[in-house]
Amino acid sequence: MTYFSKQKKSALLGLSSLFVLAACNSGSDIPVPPPAPPPPPPPSMVGFEVTVSNLTNAQPLSPVAVIAHQEGYAVFQIGSPATAGLELLAEGGDNTDLLAEADADSNAIASASGSDPIGPGNSETIAIEFLEADLSNARLSTSTMLVNTNDAITGINQLSLSGMSVGDVITQRGVAYDAGTEANTERAAHIPGPAGGGEGFNATRDDRADQVTMHIGVISQDDGLLTSDLTDQHRFDNPVIQVRVERTQ
Amino acid sequence: MRTLLLGASLLAASAMGATPAMATDFDVRITNLTHGIYYTPFLVAAHPEGNNLFVTGEPASANLRAMAEGGDIAGLLADVNALGATVNANPAGGLLAPGESTSLTMNTDGTSNDRLSIVAMLLPTNDAFAGLNAIAIPTEPGTYVYNVNAYDAGTEANDELVTGGGAPGAPGIPAAPGGDTGTGGTGAATADTNGDVHIHRGALGDTDLNGGTSDLDSRIHRWLNPVVRVTLTVR
Repeated sequence: MTYFSKQKKSALLGLSSLFVLAACNSGSDIPVPPPAPPPPPPPSMVGFEVTVSNLTNAQPLSPVAVIAHQEGYAVFQIGSPATAGLELLAEGGDNTDLLAEADADSNAIASASGSDPIGPGNSETIAIEFLEADLSNARLSTSTMLVNTNDAITGINQLSLSGMSVGDVITQRGVAYDAGTEANTERAAHIPGPAGGGEGFNATRDDRADQVTMHIGVISQDDGLLTSDLTDQHRFDNPVIQVRVERTQ
Repeated sequence: MRTLLLGASLLAASAMGATPAMATDFDVRITNLTHGIYYTPFLVAAHPEGNNLFVTGEPASANLRAMAEGGDIAGLLADVNALGATVNANPAGGLLAPGESTSLTMNTDGTSNDRLSIVAMLLPTNDAFAGLNAIAIPTEPGTYVYNVNAYDAGTEANDELVTGGGAPGAPGIPAAPGGDTGTGGTGAATADTNGDVHIHRGALGDTDLNGGTSDLDSRIHRWLNPVVRVTLTVR
């Protein structure tokens, strides 16, 4: 999409310089070297800073995926199966394939990734920019894993950016979802975060239903799930993150 | 330039919106967000301002109690019909399973029904219900999202025992549509300490399907708010 916009602009420039050349030639027989075409103006960009804060007690967040997109793209739909990219993020904290899926989607505009996990109480600011021409339909979604779980994710979804002027700020809070791709065993062997150190992604889908829903929360060994390797420290309630979006350009 | 144009079109939209008294035509989409909870038939009612199906901190009405304990919306339906409400009862045509959505269209043309309320019981629970409480129906065309929380009607002890008791006053949980509850529990809670409508403290459950205190499964039947998402699309 970005590429298409640029192409269109330079094609128009090419036409107008041809027209100038033809007009000059009609007045004289001496060939005049064509004037150097003016460099195309740099495309007008918009920029946003997305600050993700971890509100939980003891659930680090995996590096955040940030996706600007139009209507028609969604990280997930409640009641539908997670994509393979979201499964990789939700089970292993790896956002690579989710971002690749977004980049391949015709409704996506731009994407960015956080650089590090975000610990409880901490935050990270991630910049994302794209052509101003795309702003009128732009929405923002983010996704990250609560890493001391089997497959809990959180984020904001479909936040409209179109009405934002430079300096405007929108703050939203996000709740925890269950990707529905892995049973919530709460066993260390299935938890990639520091509370488990176990396996992250596994392609087997063995949750009760292969669909994204809200998360019921961590039960923990301290609240009666005797096979759990998680403690009351790993429990959480909604909201689990805050996302502050500022238009900076 | 873009900003100016946007400002102009916003002005035009609000000027046009000022003429009719209220939104008259909108879609309602109701999504069950939970991992393992079913909803009894929803009651969806657009009604005049100043009316509520429930008020937190106050006792439930008899008709709210019948809905919250047994999923029976007949009494509440009569209540809103008496208000001249615009009503859709049971849009899903039965239970709404985890992850499922149901949609309906409402038209309040020629009425003063500018508030929207939506209620349904959570199964399997004793007297938990999801409630959207008399929100102002937006007049500006667009899409609006509401997250709906689970309330405790405060009318029945949360013993978490699946007994079939759904009539008002009958103890126990009327049904477990997922077929994933246990039996032989001794009873989680013996009495309601708060007899008014309040935000539900959540299900307890346990992992013993043949005993323990609760017939609910803590791995399936717990929830965190919100439990329902309502999306209004105003035309």
